[in-house]
Amino acid sequence: MCLSIPGKITEVYEDGSLIMGKVDFGGVLKEVCLDYVPEAQTGQYVLIHVGFAISVLDEDEAMARMDLLREIESFEEELNPDEIR
Amino acid sequence: MKYVDEYRDPAQVKSLLEEIAKIVSRPWTLMEICGGQTHAFLHHGLDDMLPGEIELVHGPGCPVCVTPLEQIDRALAIAARPEVIFTSYGDMLRVPGSTVDLFNVRAKGGDVRVVYSPLESLKIAQANPDKQVVFFAIGFETTAPANAMAVLQAQKQNIKNFSVVVSHVCVPPAMEAILSSKHNRVQAYLAAGHVCAVMGYHEYPPIAEKYKVPIVVTGFEPVDLLRGVLTAIKQLEAGKAEVENAYERAVTLEGNLPAQKVINTVLQPVDRKWRGIGMIPKSGWGLRPEFESFDAETRFSVGEIVTQESPLCIAGEILQGIQKPPQCSAFGKECTPSTPLGAPMVSAEGACSAYYRYHREAVFHER
Repeated sequence: MCLSIPGKITEVYEDGSLIMGKVDFGGVLKEVCLDYVPEAQTGQYVLIHVGFAISVLDEDEAMARMDLLREIESFEEELNPDEIR
Repeated sequence: MKYVDEYRDPAQVKSLLEEIAKIVSRPWTLMEICGGQTHAFLHHGLDDMLPGEIELVHGPGCPVCVTPLEQIDRALAIAARPEVIFTSYGDMLRVPGSTVDLFNVRAKGGDVRVVYSPLESLKIAQANPDKQVVFFAIGFETTAPANAMAVLQAQKQNIKNFSVVVSHVCVPPAMEAILSSKHNRVQAYLAAGHVCAVMGYHEYPPIAEKYKVPIVVTGFEPVDLLRGVLTAIKQLEAGKAEVENAYERAVTLEGNLPAQKVINTVLQPVDRKWRGIGMIPKSGWGLRPEFESFDAETRFSVGEIVTQESPLCIAGEILQGIQKPPQCSAFGKECTPSTPLGAPMVSAEGACSAYYRYHREAVFHER
């Protein structure tokens, strides 16, 4: 029940007093409530939990972390140049 | 898919495992709080790939597992009423009450429906004005924003035939209960990333300081899980006990403030009994007095229910990380996913079901 899935917002609209949207989960489109991420825009990725977006995924943070991890990896490669990965 | 595939990259998993192996110098016991993380560790085989010094014990973060039996029985009694359409997240349907589960209620003619979001229950209520629509509002801080919003919308839109059975639980009080137990083995926590996406992690520093345990906010993909382990081990080896966030792309210190606002509008802290663990003060949420009219347990008086748990089931010890599923005498024998004695064998987030599904009995006995 705590598994949230990342998806890409393809459309934002209002339904009554709620901000709703269409989110693309790798090809499957679903209607979700965007009321808890009012700043979210079309094209951004959000974490969806039981039909509600609970977090806008931070691309800059994600990229920075991946770069850092790749650095560890290449550092290891420098230390063990013979090892086949 | 973006934000998934890159966090399953085998090369990164390998380098993180090597980094962990390089720094670990003695045995450490880590608890991942969330059942989703337990399943992810076992599903990807990461528990088996970690150095032998690191033991993972599995936490109580399985909402279906900690919902008390009498609460399930009360929900079943409401679901069986002819005027009721009972709606629930799918996980709850197979969890046995004292005698039956929601599937049995449906088989006997009860109108039980699975919903993906509680907003669907509201739509069902609007489409069926002559019926009473009840939603089983269970879960941790992750489902609370959705469940609270459904109640708030029901009030705003004056949907009178909608009500909720509330059995909400909160993570931080359970973390403290585990650490203060005399049987505690946990030396560091991997905090549940999606709970923190909602609540932030500002509640954790006092716990880390009081019990001298590192707490690392951790995600769900292999790279995320191993980054959580690495961060925790680095702290343990350095004798530190701090709160760190290893799931930066989804979690901020303060969490989701609009979601917290709606939770606080609709729900208030209450003492809550955890199945297998017992009463933990202020460890759950109940409806605020302004929303009492949406309480299904008041609307449909079901009376006092006395329950009896299976004497064989050690779910309480499993949920606190004191024992592991293969240590239970009933595991895989009297208790299997098709004949579960306790909820951790049923739920998609339960530790027993994870061990059964991913055949971890052998791995456990080897280690």
